[in-house]
Amino acid sequence: MAVKPMKRKKRETLVAWSFLSIWVIGFLVFTMIPLFTSLYYSMSEVILDGEGIKVSFVWFENYKQVFSSPEGFNFLKSVSDFAIEIIFKVPIITVFAIIIAVMLNQKIKGRGFFRAIYFLPVIIASGPVINQLIYQGVATIPIIEEMGILSFINSTFTETLARPISNIFSELIVILWFSGVQILLFIAALQKIDKYTYEAAMIDGAGPWESFWKITIPALKSMVLVSVVFTIINLATFSENAAILHIKNNMFALETGFGFSSAIAWLYFIVLVIILGIFFLIFKLFNRERGRR
Amino acid sequence: MKKISKQKIKHILLGKNINEGLLGRTAIYALLLIIGFVYIYPMIKMFAYSIKDLEDLVNPTVQWIPTKIYLENYRTSWIVLSYGKTLLFSLTVTLIPAILQTITTSLTGYALAKFKIRGKAIIFGLILMTYLVPQQVYMIPRFVLFDKLGILESAWAIIFPATFGQGLSSAIFILIFYQFFRMQPKALDESAEIDGANNYQIFFRIGVPLAAPAYITAFLFSFVWYWNETYISSLFIGSDLYTLQLKLLNFASQFSLADGLTQQAVNEAIKYSATILIILPVLIVYIIMQKWFVEGVDRTGITGE
Repeated sequence: MAVKPMKRKKRETLVAWSFLSIWVIGFLVFTMIPLFTSLYYSMSEVILDGEGIKVSFVWFENYKQVFSSPEGFNFLKSVSDFAIEIIFKVPIITVFAIIIAVMLNQKIKGRGFFRAIYFLPVIIASGPVINQLIYQGVATIPIIEEMGILSFINSTFTETLARPISNIFSELIVILWFSGVQILLFIAALQKIDKYTYEAAMIDGAGPWESFWKITIPALKSMVLVSVVFTIINLATFSENAAILHIKNNMFALETGFGFSSAIAWLYFIVLVIILGIFFLIFKLFNRERGRR
Repeated sequence: MKKISKQKIKHILLGKNINEGLLGRTAIYALLLIIGFVYIYPMIKMFAYSIKDLEDLVNPTVQWIPTKIYLENYRTSWIVLSYGKTLLFSLTVTLIPAILQTITTSLTGYALAKFKIRGKAIIFGLILMTYLVPQQVYMIPRFVLFDKLGILESAWAIIFPATFGQGLSSAIFILIFYQFFRMQPKALDESAEIDGANNYQIFFRIGVPLAAPAYITAFLFSFVWYWNETYISSLFIGSDLYTLQLKLLNFASQFSLADGLTQQAVNEAIKYSATILIILPVLIVYIIMQKWFVEGVDRTGITGE
């Protein structure tokens, strides 16, 4: 009798790993090894010729080049633009998604119809399509230009800040297009709230405003972090993002090549981690503040 | 008396809850409609332009509703896109990866949800890592690898990573399946085991059928994300083969050559029609499967505890 459970456990482990094996193989071949190779490339000079590639280790030469060459500067500029833009875009998208989710969660007629509309951008928002929209000028709200908001921004902020901020205003509609999945996440979280909680609060004399802040918002808290991470990654890997286009374009550029591209890809990743870290920290601080109250 | 009627009015206008009063309701509908309109405005504009002929395009009094339906723009962009051929290839690098990715991620999610595995936390960490590390970091070695394998510039370069659960957003799908399989009652598996089913039979006979909503949702999202992806596909399959999205990317440059205002207007109309043709397939899928997209996030319990 004592042998049987042992055997069973062993068998189960084997079965489990058989289920996992495809992913594990894929992870090693297509992610883990490429990841280390990429790190190696980023510290190497990679030369492509007819026969294949020649790799010679050069320590941090590529990284030095990023900070000292025109290609590097162009990349750094688009990364800093991206970082500034994302710091503005993430709160815009998150707050917008929460507002829409709260509205869509009410007992209103045509809820399905509205949900379908608000999710539509997820379906059609590819890089080329969004490019078309921005190019055709349907991505902005005409009032913004008419009221001279853009020129106001350009005259008040320094150039480094003004460019990304005016970008945000001129692409306001497109930014909202990136909130489809987040709206669904928040709706899902809202539907988990027991409606008796609201009733109990009402009996205790809480108005709609108080219940919104004391019940609804706390219930969405955990989802905010998920939504923020999704938003950042989604924007960071969006195919028309200038920073990642640099990585691709430099791959086959004459002066730079695979080594340089790998180096800027890693720098980009580091920036991404820092941005994620900042938002994570804000989230933590905000939570502690609430907890104390 | 006065006090009561005042309260009544207040009750009608504001209600017990924000959403019950007349004022609140009107405000919500108005906001939803306005923002909703802002969302679909580009689509309406594109569509209206795409069916205008030259006369309507240059006529400033014709804004939204063309005087007649003109399909020549669509014919032109159909030919430029070589729509039939390109659509077929687009579907190859969209449907196949989506199906395979769904299968693999479901297996992975199942293993993590149902079995005790040593180092499960590490595996979860690695899965999360594949989500957080942008593709850009490992795409160059992948490029070199695919070049060595001779599968660059073919659909395989997209299909292979998807098959092994390293495709677009694979991590999200693993988590969806993990949540879903974890919610299935253990008692079902146990009773099947008593009836003599082995683990694989339990997976195929109980796990998979009960997880149908998760499969549909994962597949649909995977399909749409692959359809819309251009960054990686332009690198891996770029120079001879084209997906519809990649064609659109080059479309602008092909049609910006001619100048003159009239010609420009025609070009715009053609570009609009091309864009519509490209979003049409996913739009049709969306209209048919709308419920699965919108409610899928709920049903799969990705928001779980």
